[in-house]
Amino acid sequence: MPFVPHTDEDVAAMLGAIGVATIDDLFDEIPRELRIGELAAIPAGMAEMDITRLMQARARADGQPLCFIGAGAYDHHIPAAVWQIASRGEFYSAYTPYQAEASQGTLQLLYEFQSMMTALTALDVSNASLYDGASALAEAVLMAVRANRKTKSHRVLVPRALHPAYRRVLRGIVESQGIEVIEAPFDRQGGQTPVAALDALVGDGGFAAIVINQPNFFGVIEDVDVLTDWAHAQGALAIAVVNPIALALLKAPGEWGAAGPERGADIACGEAQPLGMPLSSGGPYAGFLCCKKDLMRQMPGRIVGRTLDLEGKPGFTLTLQAREQHIRRGKATSNICTNQGLLVTAATIHLALLGTAGLERVAAACHANTRRLAALLCEIPGVEPRFDRPMFHEQVLRLPAPTADLLHALAAHGVLGGFDLGPDYPELDPALLVCATELRTEEEMQRYVTTLARVIAARTQAKCPVEPKI
Amino acid sequence: MGLIGPATSCDPRSTPPNRNKPHMLIHEQSRPGRRAAAQAPLYSAEVSDIPVSARRVAPLVLPEVSELQAVRHYTRLSQKNFSIDTHFYPLGSCTMKYNPRACNTLAMLPGFLARHPAAPDSHGQGLLACLFELQEMLKEVTGMHAVSLAPSAGAQGEFAGVAMIRAYHRARNDGARTEILVPDAAHGTNPASAVMCGFVAREIPTGPNGDVDIAALREAVGPQTAGIMLTNPSTVGVFDRNIQEIAGIVHAAGGLLYYDGANLNAILGKVRPGDMGFDVIHMNLHKTFSTPHGGGGPGAGPVGVSKRLEPFLPVPLVVQDGDDYRWVSEHERPQSIGRLTAFGGNMGILLRAYVYARMLGREGMKRVSEFSTLNANYLMARLKAAGFDAAYPQRRASHEFIITMKRETKELGVNAMDFAKRLLDYGFHAPTTYFPLLVPECLLIEPTETETKEELDDFVAALVAIREEARTNPELVKGAPHTMPVRRLDDVRAARQLDLAWRSTANCT
Ligand SMILES: Cc1ncc(COP(=O)(O)O)c(C=O)c1O
Repeated sequence: MPFVPHTDEDVAAMLGAIGVATIDDLFDEIPRELRIGELAAIPAGMAEMDITRLMQARARADGQPLCFIGAGAYDHHIPAAVWQIASRGEFYSAYTPYQAEASQGTLQLLYEFQSMMTALTALDVSNASLYDGASALAEAVLMAVRANRKTKSHRVLVPRALHPAYRRVLRGIVESQGIEVIEAPFDRQGGQTPVAALDALVGDGGFAAIVINQPNFFGVIEDVDVLTDWAHAQGALAIAVVNPIALALLKAPGEWGAAGPERGADIACGEAQPLGMPLSSGGPYAGFLCCKKDLMRQMPGRIVGRTLDLEGKPGFTLTLQAREQHIRRGKATSNICTNQGLLVTAATIHLALLGTAGLERVAAACHANTRRLAALLCEIPGVEPRFDRPMFHEQVLRLPAPTADLLHALAAHGVLGGFDLGPDYPELDPALLVCATELRTEEEMQRYVTTLARVIAARTQAKCPVEPKI
Repeated sequence: MGLIGPATSCDPRSTPPNRNKPHMLIHEQSRPGRRAAAQAPLYSAEVSDIPVSARRVAPLVLPEVSELQAVRHYTRLSQKNFSIDTHFYPLGSCTMKYNPRACNTLAMLPGFLARHPAAPDSHGQGLLACLFELQEMLKEVTGMHAVSLAPSAGAQGEFAGVAMIRAYHRARNDGARTEILVPDAAHGTNPASAVMCGFVAREIPTGPNGDVDIAALREAVGPQTAGIMLTNPSTVGVFDRNIQEIAGIVHAAGGLLYYDGANLNAILGKVRPGDMGFDVIHMNLHKTFSTPHGGGGPGAGPVGVSKRLEPFLPVPLVVQDGDDYRWVSEHERPQSIGRLTAFGGNMGILLRAYVYARMLGREGMKRVSEFSTLNANYLMARLKAAGFDAAYPQRRASHEFIITMKRETKELGVNAMDFAKRLLDYGFHAPTTYFPLLVPECLLIEPTETETKEELDDFVAALVAIREEARTNPELVKGAPHTMPVRRLDDVRAARQLDLAWRSTANCT
């Protein structure tokens, strides 16, 4: 019996101790008419060697195409040690550290994670993870609406240049609490969110919070200082959505805006996937969330604190639990219980192995590779940069043919050419978002360029209509 | 008594002395200029086109350590944890059963790990086949009409389920349904999810025998009732015998029934939530389907629905078109409650659950409920025989049960938490303490089907020994644990003198 250790003698002895004749008797409180027979649609069990064969064949079928897609999930090098350690049973098969004394490993690691995230964001407090970047943003918005007693507004301003899936998740989660999400336009030339366009959106209600995305979904670097100051001038909280790798090079959210007591984004959140989490078709990843200390009692999720034991020795424990559902139930700051702990384990080990210098090098290499890739692609007639502002590690390109067709043809050659912006941004169509992380080599980029050139040439020869350049 | 006895320095259950040394933070081991150089690119690329005004100002202070230092540090930290792989972990409501290693290995095959979430479906047929079959198997074991794998954990499944209840009533122009009923025994996530979704959570009491108080339920329902959230078997470890009557009362009032699947392990292959009358459910794959708990997560909380709620399911869903599988997203599902995470769910966890389900097969699934129930009832019978008080002694245990230390607290001055902490010294993870809230001084004990009779016998012996210690030397128990890396921690200090992150200069206060 897979995973059940009982021998016949065990079962007999145990039933005897309980005082029943059969295991079935233990279910005698369940109304008869509800009991079911065979689970017909469930296949018979498989031995490990058979399921291994099946899964290997399926994993092979998915192939390993050359990937130039970013769009919120990034293909970075993960040091071998990261998952070898994270997969140790002591991390892998433990749960939430409710019994602190028997969970000092997980707790200390989480404290170190919090320390690393507050260092990256230059904010005071970090939690121990949320489900992913998008749901972390939704939690950040709920937190800001609760915390903002200045405007008492239920409106939040979100850039259209924020990941479309983040905007959808945000709407789905916060609109049920009557929070209104308003979109700020982006500049067609530069791709950034122009502060000049925001005043017109304020209206009577003001905003509880303004979301600032650095870099934004187009890879473009935003004027975060100006946007943060504008937010604070409105009495709104500034919520940063940031890429943790980019923070090695770019200004930390806690430093955004003019010097003064209000300086800095009030909350920073985002996707921790770039820190040691494999792409894995979209998950499991981990959302992070940091804030200024005056907001910490509104934070969702677990927080670890350092304290002393009864002999005065330092140790770690879950703290500020009066925010959480197991204590406050309906009045908790969030419903989250199980989080993304194992991914945080990976992220912490990842950051410890890279250190400041390593993270800077990864960020710089991604930036340089994407510039190089974009320059190479723009040598193809009809391909050109869509925006003229500096970017971090993604770039939007205008294409000479429908994006979906080109991507389809590229995929047939084993190249995933990027993210098609057309469906979410018809005003940019045809436009492609490309990314070349530190993993992409010169040969791989050359291969992409020659394949794309060939695909475009083949269409032209086939006299497919090519959009004229405007 | 062999290994059963408090750990001493020559006891194999005790921790080696160096594990008990206060352990430096990785930050405190850092030295400027030291690094794990092999992990990063060998060159520093040019970034001069990034405007200076956008660049980082304050230096980034991350640990600078060698690769060996990092590996040793985190390996040693891992050794300070109790885990399923190392210890019996009868944490009630959490189903801490063995996580088969094959599930991890097979979910981490390179073809699965390297796949980008935006890769075309043509480059994901292997993954999609697994997910589609998982959806189908979950439909079968729960008796639901359709399943979405999108939610990342139980609480997110609850949010999705309650959002579907809301969407359903709205679609019928029934805006008056503003209340969700929640038994007082419910997990905290239930009322929290209802409130997060814009509802008022109204509490229903539990009767003296552990079943929902039917009279109180009848009182509470009305045109304002959107639905009720229940787990069955409930968090007090008994199967609510009146479930059909409850379903009748709530449905007659126009409300829907939500099933919290945290306790599905108890009934797998025996009874199905769909057959009990539930309209919408979530499952915790990190419980019933044995995916790892990872020191807090990740989980996966798929939702299942009856036919009338199908249009509202969260996206994405996997469908089969001829020989091919493909994702269905919001564009094709206009009534969907939408997306819960940016990329559609914890795929790697879903793959682990799939492998587990295939290894179990239909017979294995039934054995899960049979042997988890056998282990729980055996352990309850042994503890009762040893003189401990079961909270519901007249009832069968489900896959878990409660003992209350009310009497021990009163007579010996040693409470449930003291027993829990002393169990750590005996090499057992403590059961869930002080949940559910309605039973005083409670330990919620869930042994799971993967534990041997010997382990359960040792656990009984440990509780008996601790009670004896409580009689003869109560301070020993009240001061426990003694053999962990730290003694009992000062939670009040942790909350008052906040130290939430290491700072190169001073701590945050
Ligand atoms: C009864 C019950 N309901 C709901 C949950 C919430 O599930 P999750 O932690 O996966 O969000 C849990 C467990 O943690 C639980 O025990």
